[in-house]
Amino acid sequence: MTDTKKPKRRDFLLTVTAATGAVGVGAAAWPLIDQMNPDASVKALASTEVDVSSVEPGQSITVLWRGKPVFIKRRTEEEINKARSVDVKDLKHPEKDEDRAKNPEWLVMLGVCTHLGCVPLSDKGEYGGWFCPCHGSHYDTSGRIRKGPAPTNMEVPKYEFLNSDTIKIG
Amino acid sequence: MSEHEYKPSSKFGKWFNDRLPLLTLANHLTDYPTPKNLNYWWTFGGILTFCLITQIITGLILAMHYVAHADLAFGSVEHIMRNVNYGWLIRYVHANGASMFFLAVYIHIFRSLYYGSYKSPREMIWILGMIIYVLMMAAAFMGYVLPWGQMSFWGATVITNLFSAIPLVGESVVTWLWGGYSVDNPTLTRFFSLHYLIPFLILGLVGLHIWALHVPGNNNPIGIDLKKPSKDTVPFHPYIVIKDLFALLIFLIIFALFVFYSPNILGHADNYIEANPMVTPAHIVPEWYLLPFYAILRSVPDKLLGVIAMFSAIFVLIILPWLDTSKVRSTIFRPLYKQFYWFLIADVLILGYVGAMPAEGIYLLVARIGTAYYFIHFLVILPILGRMEKPLEIPTSITDPVLGGSVQQSFAKTDKEKI
Repeated sequence: MTDTKKPKRRDFLLTVTAATGAVGVGAAAWPLIDQMNPDASVKALASTEVDVSSVEPGQSITVLWRGKPVFIKRRTEEEINKARSVDVKDLKHPEKDEDRAKNPEWLVMLGVCTHLGCVPLSDKGEYGGWFCPCHGSHYDTSGRIRKGPAPTNMEVPKYEFLNSDTIKIG
Repeated sequence: MSEHEYKPSSKFGKWFNDRLPLLTLANHLTDYPTPKNLNYWWTFGGILTFCLITQIITGLILAMHYVAHADLAFGSVEHIMRNVNYGWLIRYVHANGASMFFLAVYIHIFRSLYYGSYKSPREMIWILGMIIYVLMMAAAFMGYVLPWGQMSFWGATVITNLFSAIPLVGESVVTWLWGGYSVDNPTLTRFFSLHYLIPFLILGLVGLHIWALHVPGNNNPIGIDLKKPSKDTVPFHPYIVIKDLFALLIFLIIFALFVFYSPNILGHADNYIEANPMVTPAHIVPEWYLLPFYAILRSVPDKLLGVIAMFSAIFVLIILPWLDTSKVRSTIFRPLYKQFYWFLIADVLILGYVGAMPAEGIYLLVARIGTAYYFIHFLVILPILGRMEKPLEIPTSITDPVLGGSVQQSFAKTDKEKI
């Protein structure tokens, strides 16, 4: 009876057949799953250029990039100081303002609350930055989460100044 | 299946039934022995079947006129409302029908909770019912997205973002759900496709739900096992059929009041503004039937834990047959559980109310207490109560306590006094 534990030729064939079948089913299923990922036309809209010459200090504009709003805020001296004077250790998601806004006057970030994706309102909330009306997240003048359910700071997308008046996002 | 073998009377009927036993099935459904004491809370199964068929038929018609495209969807819904013959009626029936469907399903679920219909041997009926309930929520959510108004868009954004709470793969999952980097046209078209599919999945599960029901037979208000058929049962047709139809008529009166007199009262005015990805409405609320879960989501200050709490609120319902340790089915004989049952109802209603309010101050506090109590009810009170509680004495028959003449009469009488 002890021999019955030993794999036989049949057991081997069964295992190999089942394994091959599983790989085949997986390969066949992948196109059905992957078709739901962003298609070529969506990916083609990956970058956008914005003229910011008319934005005065204290003002902000909102542009659409990949279907999401991007806040471009020209900060005042006071707002910059407020953002830079915070001790990074006190933050829920520690990030220096210097790292978020390379050019301190310009803050460029996705206007999307990191909680559940609503668009925060500007110049609202307890920290003088943004306030999300959906579930009450407060962001400071650097777009960092200070209070409320959002787990992280508002995301800074990849962007560059093409010249002093034009920002390319993406 | 019935005890006796069914024999069609006609020769053709016999020929047909030998090859496809549809007549045997029809006979089983009409003769099906039902407890004679079923009250009106038991009529909601039939009402729900009606709701499902109404949604399928009106939805099928709406799909003939609706255009699933981000640029055209909003306009096509107004086209249905203004230009299509009786389009306004069909759309209002479909939109309010969803609310009526949930109203009926909540009554159906709470009936099951009161009379212990989820307990052995009916666990599979309960689990199938819960799967149907989850699918209903998915269908309702996706259906609400289709008109492409502000609430559609932002509701879709918030709900799909729930999946971004999943560690590591969350963002990829959300991008995959959207088919892009935000809720947009690809999201709309796939939601339309799935919204069309789910009702048919539900239809199939309803078949299984009823099949599973017909194995042990109906529970009943006193929750005892019955010999079938016996003097405690009546045939489904005509007794239950007529009772169900009467209840359905009453239900239809309420349904019609909504459709004809206040068709938008359950909706949100913001959904008559076309979707705008640049502006979030000041106050996002889901449809009323999802509010208790929304309150639970918002009551937890952490994103991932909030999402886990919300899904757990549904999960504890699915495993309810194993959380409730009491062998006694009907609440009539459970004096302590009866009180906790009403506490739970109050708790769910309060959660629904605070779910509609802004998540701040007193509302947030109430939502937290309500959420805590919800889980305490299922995870602490129910398991302990089943062991501690001394149930009242239970009659062994429906008929005997009323008509007498049995050996159980003596204690049946005392039961009646206690009830």
